[in-house]
Amino acid sequence: MQNPLLKKLDFEKIVDALLPVLATFAALAVGAVMLVLLGANPLQAYAAMVEGAFGSTNSLADTIVRATPLLMVGLGICISFRGGVINIGGEGQLVMGAIGATVVGLWLPEVPAFFVVPLAMLAGFLAGAIWGGIPGALKAYFNVNEILSTIMMNAIAVQFMNYLLRDPLLDPDQFNAASKIPQTARLVQAFDLPRLVPTRLHLGAGIAVVLAILVYLFLWRTSIGYRIRAVGLNPDASRYAGIDVKRYIVLSLLLSGAFAGLGGAIQILGVHHRMFTDGSAMGFTGSAGFNGIVAALFGKLHPIGTIPASFLFGALLVGANKLQRVMQVPSAFIIALNGLVVVFVVSSEIWSRRRSRRRMSMSETLPELDGSNKLKKPGETQI
Amino acid sequence: MGEASSLLSGTARISHLEMKGIVKQFPGVLANDHVDFEVRAGEVHALLGENGAGKSTLMKVLYGMYKPNEGEILIDGLPAVILSPSDAIAKGIGMIHQHFMLVPSLTVAENVALGLRSSRGMLTDLKVVSERVIELAKLYGLLVDPSAYIWQLSVGQQQRVEIIKALYRGAALLILDEPTAVLTPQEVDELFVTFRQMVRDGHALIFISHKLHEVLNISHRVTVLRDGRVIGSVATEEATKEGLAQMMVGRDVGLKPEHKKVDVGKAMLELEDLWANSDRGVAALQGVSLQVRAGEILGLAGVSGNGQRELAEVITGLRNLIKGRVILGNKDITGKNPGEIMEQGLSYIPEERMRDGMIREFNISENAILREHHTQPFARRGFLNFPVITQYAGELVKKFNVKTPSLDTPAKNLSGGNIQKLILARELSRKPGVLIASQPTRGLDIGATEYIHTRLMEQRQEGTATLLISEDLDEILALSDRIAVIYEGQIMGIVERQNANAENLGLLMAGVRE
Ligand SMILES: Nc1ncnc2c1ncn2[C@@H]1O[C@H](COP(=O)(O)OP(=O)(O)OP(=O)(O)O)[C@@H](O)[C@H]1O
Ligand SMILES: [Mg+2]
Repeated sequence: MQNPLLKKLDFEKIVDALLPVLATFAALAVGAVMLVLLGANPLQAYAAMVEGAFGSTNSLADTIVRATPLLMVGLGICISFRGGVINIGGEGQLVMGAIGATVVGLWLPEVPAFFVVPLAMLAGFLAGAIWGGIPGALKAYFNVNEILSTIMMNAIAVQFMNYLLRDPLLDPDQFNAASKIPQTARLVQAFDLPRLVPTRLHLGAGIAVVLAILVYLFLWRTSIGYRIRAVGLNPDASRYAGIDVKRYIVLSLLLSGAFAGLGGAIQILGVHHRMFTDGSAMGFTGSAGFNGIVAALFGKLHPIGTIPASFLFGALLVGANKLQRVMQVPSAFIIALNGLVVVFVVSSEIWSRRRSRRRMSMSETLPELDGSNKLKKPGETQI
Repeated sequence: MGEASSLLSGTARISHLEMKGIVKQFPGVLANDHVDFEVRAGEVHALLGENGAGKSTLMKVLYGMYKPNEGEILIDGLPAVILSPSDAIAKGIGMIHQHFMLVPSLTVAENVALGLRSSRGMLTDLKVVSERVIELAKLYGLLVDPSAYIWQLSVGQQQRVEIIKALYRGAALLILDEPTAVLTPQEVDELFVTFRQMVRDGHALIFISHKLHEVLNISHRVTVLRDGRVIGSVATEEATKEGLAQMMVGRDVGLKPEHKKVDVGKAMLELEDLWANSDRGVAALQGVSLQVRAGEILGLAGVSGNGQRELAEVITGLRNLIKGRVILGNKDITGKNPGEIMEQGLSYIPEERMRDGMIREFNISENAILREHHTQPFARRGFLNFPVITQYAGELVKKFNVKTPSLDTPAKNLSGGNIQKLILARELSRKPGVLIASQPTRGLDIGATEYIHTRLMEQRQEGTATLLISEDLDEILALSDRIAVIYEGQIMGIVERQNANAENLGLLMAGVRE
């Protein structure tokens, strides 16, 4: 006979798993109210959205292309949050990774692609690693709050990008033309990532999925991953166990940045083929550095869970674009809808943890979101 | 409510609280199996049972932290619905957890006020709170300074703050889950004075402890749990240590381990003139020199807070030395980091094991390799070797009798004592050359204590050099070959086993040199 209690637990688990999806629907419902107020038919609008995201091979491909940087950033977020550090610097890391890849591509136009493309990716990976590693080291050795420092690193990356695109890396054609659009020259076509089907879908998506599996294996099957998780959950016990806690704080943020940086490189090689700016980070990243955080939370900070989460989020972004074009609502609506989904998903996550805590045990801790607090010792202040 | 039914603290009494047919099922464990339990105003009702018997679970049900699958709670004959700790507090039930929940960077008064509504709206009136704290402290003999910061207080003082906090919130019934486990014998006496005052005033107290002499000393009634079921209740007057042990375990326990003669070898751990500061920056070690030899247990006796913790941390590389040398085997390990030192064959059972000894969210297997996750055979070429790890964890669980539904269970789901056993199993199974054991049997039931003592003696026979840090003089006297006494960061004297007794150690512990 089956124990009715176990059945009940299974049910709770299913509810927990579906919660982000339900939260998304709740956000869409609020969005529907906004649409009505804007004088649009919400049913028609959401139909356009679904159509835009999944309606054809092309739109499906666009969705996946849009999801790829989210997944890359999200993988980094899985590592850093599991390691107890919060990385809000995805935007800057994407930008730096993209710059790294662009510089390599512009520098070696004559060299074969099988050499340059991996090298460009490596450059993106390293540039992101540096951009994540600096706040990591500041946190570990000078106790600087990583939330603030990663955000500041975003600002620095944007200014650096703007500087490069104003002069040193500016496209010679633009330089000669009066327009001076801030962008680099296009990388030679040989460096374009292969298209998988005759759409915009490129190899980068496949790379990201493979990396998700590797990150999973890294975190749960290797001794370094074990240490990262241990430090994230309990720095005191980790120190007592002989783990160099500071080193692993640096490593988590460094790897987190590296994955975002590689994501930036993939955007260059697979989508844009050149670096450009509208003055902010968003112009290039499309806010993937922030949305990737939400995708990772949506995926319960699990690399494999982050794959479908990124896909759904990508669909939302692509679909919302279509919605805006079809319904002629202000483009701010898309930003609002995006924000609603973020708020609903994050709150549902917090709510579900509270609930499960009440159900099972009061003393259960919230490892991921509490990570930063745990590193503080009583009496210590943080900047 | 009439005059007679209210307490000095001003709250109404709970004359009679009854838990009836409580069932609490966790995945794979029936923690409470139709438990009946009651407590009356003016009595201390002790709850006894082995590690994992279901004591904490029953109390968490009463305090609204767990929702029982079956059963009901009656207060003064009326059914009470307690769905959360705030419900429990509103009904006059307070609970002191074994692990305090105070904010170290706030003062006593601020901690008491935390989460309360205040008479001045948003701003908490700390002066009013302080006055009330002083008043309650006087009533029940719980002296603390309301303006002191929590981090400045000893464990015993922090516990008083917890009790005051509960009384401030109007507790008429107080649950104390192993309150004495972390106290010095003197602090236990002080706590019992408070208990007696509260009971005389008409409070109802539920007291959990593994120390039978404490139970016999303070309680009026004893209820024994085993495997989630009530084995029986007896009036304390009619109870004996042996009888209670028999009820708990179902066999005779509490035998002193045999202290066989062992030939001591060369010095395995040499401490030369160690100086170090405490977390607060005051001198905690002032020139400590000791030697521990192979096959020897050196007991370190002393009232807690006299440098024991700092000494252990200095040896294990967790704290910086100001001056002095530490030699392990033949190697100078001064200034080395904890990882390097532990690889040289040093095991360490830290005092604050719940915080420093394991990772709550990791499962049993993961916790079993906390120290050795990166070494053969648990890791190969950087990858964890799970078949070997689970087999090893299974052996530890079996040998040390850790009660758990599976090896995949997160450590936080084990009972307090079973978590302790897991950590002890890990540290003792490394076959260390040198073992630093800090309060090794704290929180263990009598059967487990006996087993740990036997293991320590076995290791001694195999040539381990053990530094045993304990506040339990009986434990020190039973196990040690020599006993060093520490007082204010200095070694007051070293007494050979045959010359040591509670009196001469007690004098040294108080800082009196003969
Ligand atoms: N939150 C939980 N989830 C799953 N199982 C639990 C949980 N809490 C307790 N258990 C299980 O219930 C049983 C009883 O645990 P409990 O903590 O009540 O024991 P205890 O009598 O307080 O023991 P100890 O003396 O070691 O503190 C144990 O086997 C434990 O593994
Ligand atoms: Mg317990």
